Amino acid sequence: MREHEDEWADLMRRGNAGDSGAYHRLLKAITPFLRAVTRQRLARAGQPVDQSEDIVQEILLAVHLKRHTWDADAPFSPWLFAIARNKLVDALRRRGRRIFVNIEDFTETIVSEPVAETVPATDVTAHLQGLPRRQRDVLLSIAVESISIRATAAKLAMSEGAVRVALHRGLANLAARLQKE
Amino acid sequence: MDTDHLLQGLATDNDHRERPVGSVLATALMIAAPVSLVIFFMTLGFRKDIATALYDPFFDLKFLVTTVVISATAISIHLSRPEASLKGWKRLLLIPVGLLSFGIVSEMMMPQRLSWATRLIGSNSKVCMTAIPLLSLPLLIASLVALRHGAPTRPALAGAYAGLLSAGFAATLYASQCTDDSPLFVATWYPLAIGLVTAVGALAGSRWLRF
Repeated sequence: MREHEDEWADLMRRGNAGDSGAYHRLLKAITPFLRAVTRQRLARAGQPVDQSEDIVQEILLAVHLKRHTWDADAPFSPWLFAIARNKLVDALRRRGRRIFVNIEDFTETIVSEPVAETVPATDVTAHLQGLPRRQRDVLLSIAVESISIRATAAKLAMSEGAVRVALHRGLANLAARLQKE
Repeated sequence: MDTDHLLQGLATDNDHRERPVGSVLATALMIAAPVSLVIFFMTLGFRKDIATALYDPFFDLKFLVTTVVISATAISIHLSRPEASLKGWKRLLLIPVGLLSFGIVSEMMMPQRLSWATRLIGSNSKVCMTAIPLLSLPLLIASLVALRHGAPTRPALAGAYAGLLSAGFAATLYASQCTDDSPLFVATWYPLAIGLVTAVGALAGSRWLRF
């Protein structure tokens, strides 16, 4: 995926500078790629490919929560590959088989056509139920219902700051629960 | 939850900014270092003849352990990047090894009152082996907490370097108390004590630094 390097790095830089639209576009751009890699890896490990979306979501959460570890002067793709590889190895290990994922494989992955999400992910939804009520309500409102922070604050009778905190804690909590699984 | 929905949630959370790992680590060490210092001055303290000892090059040479702190801190921060490779970085650790070898050779070439075995065994090895691990504990805990903000894809290694930097700091304190100045003593007991803390760090890292 070297051909996307400049585009992705640029979007990530703008995202880090506060442009959430650019950040959203970056996440949308890397998702089909992560999906293709995950399917390939599951297939190679003899695992059912339909579990791929759970792993994709776990990688995306890690990318989000660890994005401050990307050095804006360094290339973006190797950073992304390293996060994806870490999560893939972890996910496959949890599924009972230890598989070595070669980093070279990622660069060879060709996403000729965007891979659509087929079987919906279930892990995040399941762990959502275990979150503190406030975090769950905020996450559902912002992510699923696409309600803005301000409108969510009004709806749940919270301050905007509290909504932001609950959103971030909720996401961090989800990532931690997925990992412990 | 659909992936599109998740992305919506992540993008909305973009306003949340995490501090760089280096700055989190610096803060953590600045909080933990005074704890080690207080423990040090309450239990051991400087050796009584430190004013004259400062003129002894072999006493001063012991502070090469301080370079371990700097190197290991730099490597720890580097390792908190997921794509980090240690290529080239390990060379930083050759600085203390080189200086210590130079010290051993210099001391060997000088006339000595005590045999090399006596100098190697010294008289403080037990204190050395106890003080360095104990004094390093506050820093080890603080640096592990700070490194959790990173994304080390080799968590045991990152934990080992956290142990190394903590033990380097503890060894610096201990060196100012210990009266065994022979590089042979330093080359024997300090690495043993530091290695112990490094191993503890690796073990802790493999558990707590995974992401």
